[in-house]
Formats: sequence, C-alpha cells, structure tokens
Amino acid sequence: MQLEFRGNKDFWAGVMMIVTGLTAIIIARNYDFGTALRMGPGYFPSVLGGILILFGLYLVASGLRSNEKIVGGWSLRALIVLPLALILFGVLMDYAGFVPALMVLIVGSALAGNEFRLIEVLVLAIGLTAFAVALFVWGLNMPYPLFIGW
Amino acid sequence: MELFDNLIFGFSVAFSLQNLMYCLIGVSVGTLIGVLPGIGPLATIAMLLPITFNVAPVGALIMLAGIYYGAQYGGSTTAILVNLPGETSAVVTCIDGYQMARKGRAGPALAIAAIGSFAAGTFGTLLIALAGPPLAELALKFGAPDYFSLLLMGLVAAAVLAEGDMMKSLAMVAMGLLLGIVGTDVNTGVQRFSFGFSELTDGISFIVVAVGVFAIGEIISNLGDPEQRSVFTDKVRNLYPSKADLKASIGPITRGTLLGSFFGVLPGTGPSIASFSSYMVEKKVAKDPSQFGHGAIQGVAGPEAANNADAQCKFIPMLTLGLPASATMALMLGALTIQGIQPGPDVMTTRPELFWGLVASMWIGNALLVVLNLPMIGLWVKLLKVPYRLLFPAIMAFSAIGIYSVNNSSFDIYLTAIFGVIGFLWIKLGCSPAPMMLGFVLGPMMEEHLRRAMLMSGGDPMVFVTSPISLAFLIATVGIIIVMVAPAVRARRADITG
Repeated sequence: MQLEFRGNKDFWAGVMMIVTGLTAIIIARNYDFGTALRMGPGYFPSVLGGILILFGLYLVASGLRSNEKIVGGWSLRALIVLPLALILFGVLMDYAGFVPALMVLIVGSALAGNEFRLIEVLVLAIGLTAFAVALFVWGLNMPYPLFIGW
Repeated sequence: MELFDNLIFGFSVAFSLQNLMYCLIGVSVGTLIGVLPGIGPLATIAMLLPITFNVAPVGALIMLAGIYYGAQYGGSTTAILVNLPGETSAVVTCIDGYQMARKGRAGPALAIAAIGSFAAGTFGTLLIALAGPPLAELALKFGAPDYFSLLLMGLVAAAVLAEGDMMKSLAMVAMGLLLGIVGTDVNTGVQRFSFGFSELTDGISFIVVAVGVFAIGEIISNLGDPEQRSVFTDKVRNLYPSKADLKASIGPITRGTLLGSFFGVLPGTGPSIASFSSYMVEKKVAKDPSQFGHGAIQGVAGPEAANNADAQCKFIPMLTLGLPASATMALMLGALTIQGIQPGPDVMTTRPELFWGLVASMWIGNALLVVLNLPMIGLWVKLLKVPYRLLFPAIMAFSAIGIYSVNNSSFDIYLTAIFGVIGFLWIKLGCSPAPMMLGFVLGPMMEEHLRRAMLMSGGDPMVFVTSPISLAFLIATVGIIIVMVAPAVRARRADITG
C-alpha cells in the first residue's frame, strides 16, 4: 500500500479534527473539570475534544485507505486578497470613515477576481457606496461617520 | 373553532401595512438571490439579519422567512430557463423543466412550478397551524434530560441525513458545539476559549460564523472554480398550462406535498432530498416513465411541490420545540434570540402574534410569489446575466456592513475574515459546514440541559433512559443511525446524492 498524503481529502480533514480536538482539551485543562454531578466549565469542551479526536482518527484512517483527492483549484489569490480586503475595511471604518472603507473593500474584493476591469469596478464601487450610504446611514440611521478627519 | 380564530388573528397581524411590506421585501429579495447562483438564502439571511434589529420581531421574522421560501421559487426559475439550479433544491427541476423549456414549453413549466409550490405552501401553512399547538403543549412537559436527548437526536439526524460524508458531518456537529462554547460559562462565569479578547466574552456571534463560512468562504471557493453559464435567452411565451397539463399535475403535486411535509419535519433533510424522492415516486407511478428526462410535466410539478412543502414544514420544529431542523432555521432561531425571544413551546402562548402572524404571512407570501413571479420572469432572467465578477464584490460589501453593524466593532470583521478562510478549508476538505452551524447554535443550550439533567439526577446518567420521553428520543437517534448505515440505504443514498 502506498501512503499518499498530498491532497488527500479525508486524511487532512481528519488531521484538522484531531488538531482542533487536542487544542480544545489542552486549553480546557485550565478550567475546572468537575464531576458528572457538578460539571465544571471544562467538562463539556474536554468531552467534545475527545469526540473530535476519535472522528479525526477515523477520517485519517479512511483517507489513507481511499486516498480521495481534493478537487478543484485552491484560488490562492482570492484566499489571500478577500480576507485582506475585509481586514482593511475594519481598520478604515475606525480611522477613515464609512465611504473610504467601503470603496476600498469593493475595489479590493474585485482584485481577487479572475477578470479586473478598472472602469467597471470603479462604477460599481461608486454606485454601491452611494446606495449603501443612502440605505444604511441615511435610511436606517446607522451611526457611521462618512469620512473621518478629511 | 379555535384554529380559525387563531388563523384570523394571524391574518390580522400579517395584513397590517407594515408587515405586508416586510413580506413583499422578503419574497422579492428571496427570489432575487434564488435566481442568482453563488449566493443562497443562508448567507443572505445572515447578511441582512442586522438590518432587522430595529424592526419589530414579527416583521423581522416575516421578512426573513420570505427570503427563505422566496429563494426556492427563484431557484426553480433558473433551473427551468437555464438548466442551472439557483438553489440546490432545484437540481431535480432542471431535469425535466429545462427539457420543457427547450421544447418551447418554458411558460407552462414555470406556471406549474409556481402552482405546485403554492399548493404545497398552502398545505404547509395549514399543517403548521394544526400541528403547532399540540406539539408545543407536548414540549411543555419536557424536562432537562428530554431536551438534551431531543437536541442530540436533532443534531445526529441533521448530520446523518445531510448530503455528503456522514462521519465528517457528525464531526462537524462536534466542531460546531465546540465553537459554541467560546465565551462566558453561564454557571461559573469562567471565560472559555476567549484567548484574552474581551470581545469574546459573549461568545462568537453566529452572524460572524454564518457570513464568514457561507458568504466569504463560498466566494473564495467559487473564484477558484469558475463555472460556465450559458443563458437560454429564448423569450417565454404562452405562460398558461393547458387543461391536460393541469390534469397531469394534480397527482404529482399532491404526492409531492405529502412527501415534502414528511421530510420537512425531519431534521437535516434538505429540500433536495424531498424533491429527489418525489421525482423517484413520480417516475415509478407514471404511466409512461420514458417521458421523464424529456420534459415530463410531472417531473416538475411533484418535486417543486415537495421542496416548497419541505421548506414550510421546517418551521414546525423550530417554532414549537425551539429545535432548528436546518442551518437556515438555526439562523432564524438566532434572530429570535437577538430580539429577546427564547424560541420554544412558550412562544405560542406568550407571543401568539409572532407565531400566528408568521404562519399567516407565509400563505400571503406564497400568493405574492405567484403573482409576482410569473409576470416578472423576464426581469429575473435579465438579472441572471449579471456576471459574477460584479456580484461578489457586492456580496462582500453587504456582508461587511451587516457584520460591522452587529456590535459596531471591527473585531467582528477580523473574525469574519478568519472564518472565511476556515470555511473555505472546510469546503475544500469536503466537510459540510451546515451541520456545524446547527451544532454552533444549539451548543450552549445542549450543555446547559446536560448539566441541569445531571444535577437533578444526582450525577446518574441513567436519567436519560428512565425518562420515557428522553428514552424515546434516544431510541429514535439510534434507529436513524442504524437505518442510515444499513447497506441498502447507503447504496441508495449514494445514488441520490451521487
């Protein structure tokens, strides 16, 4: 039997479960475990962690047996750009205001796509931002400054 | 008749101008996202939830419910016209619906889908009204052990019956339960898994998890595998089905409605299982099964009725027991909790306007969908041509605004980004996130009932077996597992979910 780890779907799913379960148990050791009668805050997470590890072990074993591959692309570009755009939105909401934050988020997100047409994206960003300002800030009275310190 | 009094009361609530408007907004948004592939009702409801904070609970729930069943309608429209299921529940509709469209019978296909859905929706509404009160009364007798076993059954059933790998789904339930623990322990005040962040003392907001996984994670995954779409642009003429069409559809609609209602109350069975079973049944009972796959109207009528009945009946366990039967219902439950309402058997007596208003609004919403959808099909088809490269930045924008407005904090935004990445990994590893969502929402409740049950019994786990209600749920749980791992069912399941 040839062991194949690369792109092995169930194997890595199992590893993820085991790591999560172990982490939960290790952290939960700081909390009082208690007894079955008076369960402490550590009881439920420790038991769940154990259950996760068991499932993880099963998945690792079945992954090594079936060796089913992960399908489709990894979209590395989107995987990096989209979360970054979101984080930037969060920072800008606090320091630059609603309008710049949203514009940056929309243009930034568009950069994650497979096609980027500058004019189209700018029109989209301006249109969506105007719509959002009208709906959320003016219409629903959400208390966000449009611009901070401009 | 108490039922009629209640229904009339419900309609008086639902027919208020405000609630009618919320219903209309809900079903329109629902149809819109149903038509647009790549965004489902789950992500939409999560995104729009914060907007409903300022709305009265009845209005909020009416609107969210409208999005939910409106999406089913929209999903079948695209299934018929472009052979592309806007929602997974419409996969079956593609088979014969699209064939009908290719033969120039798109109009009757759309009409029969709408009529079937409406009939099923009416039946579903009545069923909720009929079954709700006695179920809630029964649930009032539940003690802590009974609730724990009920939740256990719900979660196991949801994982086992859901599409995809059963073991992974069960593991994802545990994962969700674990995520639900984050925050302050209600019994001792201890901070658990908050990693020193004061923002996590109240736990992770379920909106953050839902948007992160189902909106952001989904987008990342979609961008990795761009799909090819070809729009069938032929004009839809002659909407009205012939007498023969109607006659051929009565049987399938009735059977589909019954099947859908049955699957609807079961946790975990998505509308796709209901519609698949209906299709199988229709193919079996048909006089001429060879027509199936070549534009048989029965293949549209039955499944469409089934998936709508399923969608409506999913509300029964949520409203009466506080047990969400699907991830979307878990969001609705969360929405109620945010509004300060603890969903459960008391809701019907303490907030009758909520229960009966919602029930009545669902019937109105279904009627609105028929009226709204058929004449506006041209518009929906045009929307289909909106390319994904414009769609996903818009989804990102609405998601971000929605998340930020929950606590007005950027922390939630950062957390959403993290869950987006995690959600993408889950999708890639074939771990279905829907069972996780159920576990996440039900986790705190489950732990609470477990601890209370053990305290009451003096630490004796036998309490779960000695209480007859709890025992019944546990036996049902074991039964579901046995049935699902039985080889015959397994083979068929593989057949269906293929």
